Amino acid sequence: MAITSIRFDETPRILRLLSLADDCLILGHRTSEWTGRAPTLEEELALANIALDLIGQARSLYQATGLDEDSLAYLRDPPQFRNALIAELPNGDFAFTIARLFLVSAASDLTWRAAASSDDPDVAAIAAKAEKEIAYHVRYAAEWLIRLGDGTEESHRRAQEAIDTLWPYTGEITDDRVAWSAIVDPILTRATLTRPVDGWMQSGGRSGRHTEHLGRLLAEMQILPRSYPGATW
Amino acid sequence: MYSQALNTRETDTSTDADSSRFQARIDAEERIEPNDWMPDAYRRTLIRQISQHAHSEIVGMLPEGNWITRAPSLRRKAALLAKVQDEGGHGLYLYAAAETLGVAREELVDQLLSGRAKYSSIFNYPTLSWADIGAIGWLVDGAAIMNQIPLCRCSFGPYARAMIRVCKEESFHQRQGYEIMVTLAGGTEEQKAMAQDALDRWWWPCLMMFGPPDGDSSHSDTSMRWKIKRFTNDALRQKFVDATVPQGHRLGLSFPDPDLRFDESTGHWRFGAIDWSEFKRVLAGDGPCNRERLAARRRAHAEGAWVRDAAQAYAAKQRKVA
Amino acid sequence: MMPLWEVFIRSRNGLAHKHVGSVHAADATMALHAARDVYTRRGEGLSLWVVPSNAIVASDPADRDVLFEPTASKIYRHPTFYEIPDDVGHM
Repeated sequence: MAITSIRFDETPRILRLLSLADDCLILGHRTSEWTGRAPTLEEELALANIALDLIGQARSLYQATGLDEDSLAYLRDPPQFRNALIAELPNGDFAFTIARLFLVSAASDLTWRAAASSDDPDVAAIAAKAEKEIAYHVRYAAEWLIRLGDGTEESHRRAQEAIDTLWPYTGEITDDRVAWSAIVDPILTRATLTRPVDGWMQSGGRSGRHTEHLGRLLAEMQILPRSYPGATW
Repeated sequence: MYSQALNTRETDTSTDADSSRFQARIDAEERIEPNDWMPDAYRRTLIRQISQHAHSEIVGMLPEGNWITRAPSLRRKAALLAKVQDEGGHGLYLYAAAETLGVAREELVDQLLSGRAKYSSIFNYPTLSWADIGAIGWLVDGAAIMNQIPLCRCSFGPYARAMIRVCKEESFHQRQGYEIMVTLAGGTEEQKAMAQDALDRWWWPCLMMFGPPDGDSSHSDTSMRWKIKRFTNDALRQKFVDATVPQGHRLGLSFPDPDLRFDESTGHWRFGAIDWSEFKRVLAGDGPCNRERLAARRRAHAEGAWVRDAAQAYAAKQRKVA
Repeated sequence: MMPLWEVFIRSRNGLAHKHVGSVHAADATMALHAARDVYTRRGEGLSLWVVPSNAIVASDPADRDVLFEPTASKIYRHPTFYEIPDDVGHM
């Protein structure tokens, strides 16, 4: 009987790697959904580059667990995923996608910079590469957010709405909110956007309690390995 | 990915000295550059061919894009996303080459969205299973390569240069597809059936990609004389069949053509009659996915309008401040 | 419509920037991003230039003879024009 869901020992190291990896995979997957739908051809390529960076980071992190990367991506059920909720939210419009990418990348930037001096040599090596990729994501998303916020009335409205909707999901993406704010706030100001008040924050992703959206995302992503247990692709 | 031979005839009416000097340059294998004098018909032919080629790349992102979110392993997912991204890039390089002839990308995109421009008929077929991703890489990209390599020596410099870049980047596309086919053909019974079904559905449309037979092809003569095109449709089609049939047999798959046989005397694979009525019908708009593909492009363009406006509004404000 | 920018890449230090194509972008920053995302996906470059296409002034191909033909007769600008005794060696 072929395995349809994997079981493994959730050591603290593995859980830590999975929370990083799942953020990358799920956000990379969401970003890849833009293929064929981007507002310009240039953005088509930019978004694919970002998705490829994220998927690449996810793969390196899964490999660092010592478990099979595809089993981790394709044969876990939603409660076994450790990504932050913000990554799994549907793409929405371009403003939502850009705002999320900015807020998450600002946090990842801090995470990777810290991880570069990690005691775990695998993590340190992955961080050294990912740090540069994320630094570009921050820059790319920030420049777009500034243009959307300070562009037309419509783009400003959409960008502000995106930030407002996303804000309650920013509680679980970083442990250092002060440092994160130091990246985020100046860009919001330049974008003429209002920083929402920090209120009640959504959380649960890190402990496997997700939104309704992750199940659907995984149902699509995992369909082939789930439908044909044991097959190689 | 592919420029299909769809062009209608351009009559070259110039008879003056410019025109014969131009032809002499072409005959001497000189490259024509954007600001050089060229017959209007040469310019129009190129704009049409390059833009159709660009449109094909852009529409071609859709059938494969359909499987990015369902790619069955992370390695396959990254490869497919990179491949589809390349197609977007190739569309962009080609629009850029067309723009050197004095036409704006916006105008060309408008021709596509309004249904006035054509693109390769192959992308109006659906991708129904994961094996279609293998079949497209192996067959569609294989056919594209046959067509595109000679275009690297096209007489128009910017087109030739764009094609050199495209061919270099695409060298992984066909291998990516064939690797998927090898895996499926060596996999479970279900996977083998998936691979066979994909070959059955894609084979004939791929042969049609090379355009109508030479006898019916209205544009070939002028394009050949101008060295925009260097081989006839039939010659390229035969080259593709000869290269591809042994690859299919190596997979243990069969081709959906009872007349397919090796001709010892010529060393070529002979194939059965192509259903050209299907080709014409799909090209005219009545293929399985024509409406869907155009609707998807139109939707993306319409939904992106406010984003493009925002970028320009911001740029205008910055100029004012400066 | 978004303005057009010509893209130039330096593939490695020591070489000049070379024209590779164009992108559309609303402003210079976005043009640089686009050029990076479109034209440097396979390690093609270490440095990028983007130049507004309409800032390029080109010579007219019809002037080719007027501009470039006159140099053809100035063969004394080339080292091979001058005769040096063989026993002097390479100079």
